[in-house]
Amino acid sequence: MTLTEKILARASGKPWVRPGDNVWVNVDVLMTHDVCGPGTIGVFKREFGKNAKVWDRKKVVIIPDHYIFTADAMSNRNVDILREFANEQGLEYFYDVIDDPKGQWRFDTAKGNGVRQFGGRYSGVCHSSLAQKGHNRPGEVLFGTDSHTCQSGAFNQFATGIGNTDAGFILGTGKLLIKVPETMRFFFEGALPRGVMGKDVILHLIGEIGFDGATYRAMQFEGPGVSSLSMDDRMTVTNMAIEAGGKNGIFTCDQKTLDYVNARVAANGTKNTFEPVEPDADQKVIYDKTFDLSKLEPTVACHPDPGQRKLAKELGNIKLDRAYIGSCTGGKTSDFLAFAEVVKGKSVKIDTFGVPSTTEVLNDLKATKWDGQSVWDILASAGVRLTENPGCAACLGGPADTFGRVNTAGIKCISATNRNFPGRMGHKEAQVFLASPATVAASALTGKITDPREFLC
Amino acid sequence: MAKTITSKVFVVQDNIDTDQIIPAHYLNLIPTIPEEYAKLGSYAMAGLPDDQYPTKFVPEGQVKTPYGIIIAGRNFGCGSSREHAPIALGAAGVEAVVAESFARIFFRNSVATGELYPFDTPERLCESVKTGDEATLDLDHDTLTVNGKTYQLKPLGDVRPVIDAGGLFNYARKSGMIASAQ
Ligand code: SF4
Repeated sequence: MTLTEKILARASGKPWVRPGDNVWVNVDVLMTHDVCGPGTIGVFKREFGKNAKVWDRKKVVIIPDHYIFTADAMSNRNVDILREFANEQGLEYFYDVIDDPKGQWRFDTAKGNGVRQFGGRYSGVCHSSLAQKGHNRPGEVLFGTDSHTCQSGAFNQFATGIGNTDAGFILGTGKLLIKVPETMRFFFEGALPRGVMGKDVILHLIGEIGFDGATYRAMQFEGPGVSSLSMDDRMTVTNMAIEAGGKNGIFTCDQKTLDYVNARVAANGTKNTFEPVEPDADQKVIYDKTFDLSKLEPTVACHPDPGQRKLAKELGNIKLDRAYIGSCTGGKTSDFLAFAEVVKGKSVKIDTFGVPSTTEVLNDLKATKWDGQSVWDILASAGVRLTENPGCAACLGGPADTFGRVNTAGIKCISATNRNFPGRMGHKEAQVFLASPATVAASALTGKITDPREFLC
Repeated sequence: MAKTITSKVFVVQDNIDTDQIIPAHYLNLIPTIPEEYAKLGSYAMAGLPDDQYPTKFVPEGQVKTPYGIIIAGRNFGCGSSREHAPIALGAAGVEAVVAESFARIFFRNSVATGELYPFDTPERLCESVKTGDEATLDLDHDTLTVNGKTYQLKPLGDVRPVIDAGGLFNYARKSGMIASAQ
């Protein structure tokens, strides 16, 4: 069996499963956020009754992150609905924006985005938070009301996105009926050269198989090249499995995985037992291709979908108006460090926005010092507009007052995020180009799409 | 029970993602609250670029669409997992989408909510059929008839009874998988 088949067999109490089988799986973690949480709670109450209790209060993780730092009253209300539910159900893992369990969340526009406006429990973008707060464990089954839930597959687990109705069903029963996907195998050899990142790997693969090349399928990443990829790089790769239509993306487990997971579950006191899976030697896959990571180059997905693959060095004629670094895909500490390495001591030429994915990333950037200067200050001196309020921000547009949102037609933006369909970052007549943080940084310096290796020696 | 749907069609091309079906800034609406459900319907397809789609899906000042069937190319509903997408279409009055292919989560959400019938068509229809053409969908024979031609669609199979029942919960109760609501 493949990694996905092994996990689904275990979770459904069967000795084995085959692609196409419909199986009821027991869920280890259900994650929801402020955009889909209120609707999920609505479905749960409508179907199981006003006084119903969730199936397991330690397996529900609620992470407000999408529409947080906005004056939009409906969005603020949605965070309050999550809080009320977490209180009523006694949920342990609710990463609230504010500290007062009886309070109401209101964004203070007078203070704005430059000043931090969150309490001690707040974390930020849900997928990054799942990893950092110790909710990702090898061999488990995780569902989330968000399409990029597949990111958690970096930790050798089955993870996929679902809608409110399915999530409401899980809240009440702890189970979901799913179809076992066929597996596509991506076999990695070699190591990434300087200036090339996890983002380039996945943009390359999506270009290879097409924006719907993995529809209904599992993308399995294995081979000797895996060990050279950091956990952050692996998360970037699995995060975008959905951009090829994939049901899930999943990596094999190695020492790096175990070290990361063990440290995180210990730090946050979450469940610390788990059982990784390995692929069988006779596993059956419907696609099998080897990729030499050392041959990859900085890659860009052009407007209007993540499958429009080009090399950064071929796109020097595309002039840009804006650059953006942030999100689950491109707003991790390592992403900002790669960005900072390129812009250090220089000045950006176009409007450039930076949004840390989580509060931990924010703290890392302030604490990490290069030649006595914090990375945060290095970015600010290069002219990057930063917010102290981590979250999804303009990755998916959001309310009009969202930090970094593209509000004007015709704008061309290069972004470290994961999706570039029309309207994704705000205006439906804007264009978004997806690239690695290093490529975004180099492009911010020149005002046109630029291969970051020009700035790295 | 024989079932057909006859309606004007709205035609879109490939890769219509969930931001085009329901733009992200309307996601502050909660679908289980009836007034907000209706509002979601009024914004259905509001994210389509105006230059490519000059005809409004929901006419100005109205809350429902005159188009009960959508004809689409490949990968309809790709992008986010938001259930607001099939719900917005259903709330606007769409009964079926006939596409060359669907993104997985959109397909699943259409079935789970029972909002609409997602049919796969082996033949690409989004070039030959025009917005405003009248079509009849025969759910028992899995055919679409438009402009005098009848096209065979891929049968819905297992998922049809779920949608007929009005979604996952109604179906699960009917078949005894879960108990009735308290
Ligand atoms: S950062 Fe972007 S892709 Fe990630 S969860 Fe938030 S909106 Fe989704």
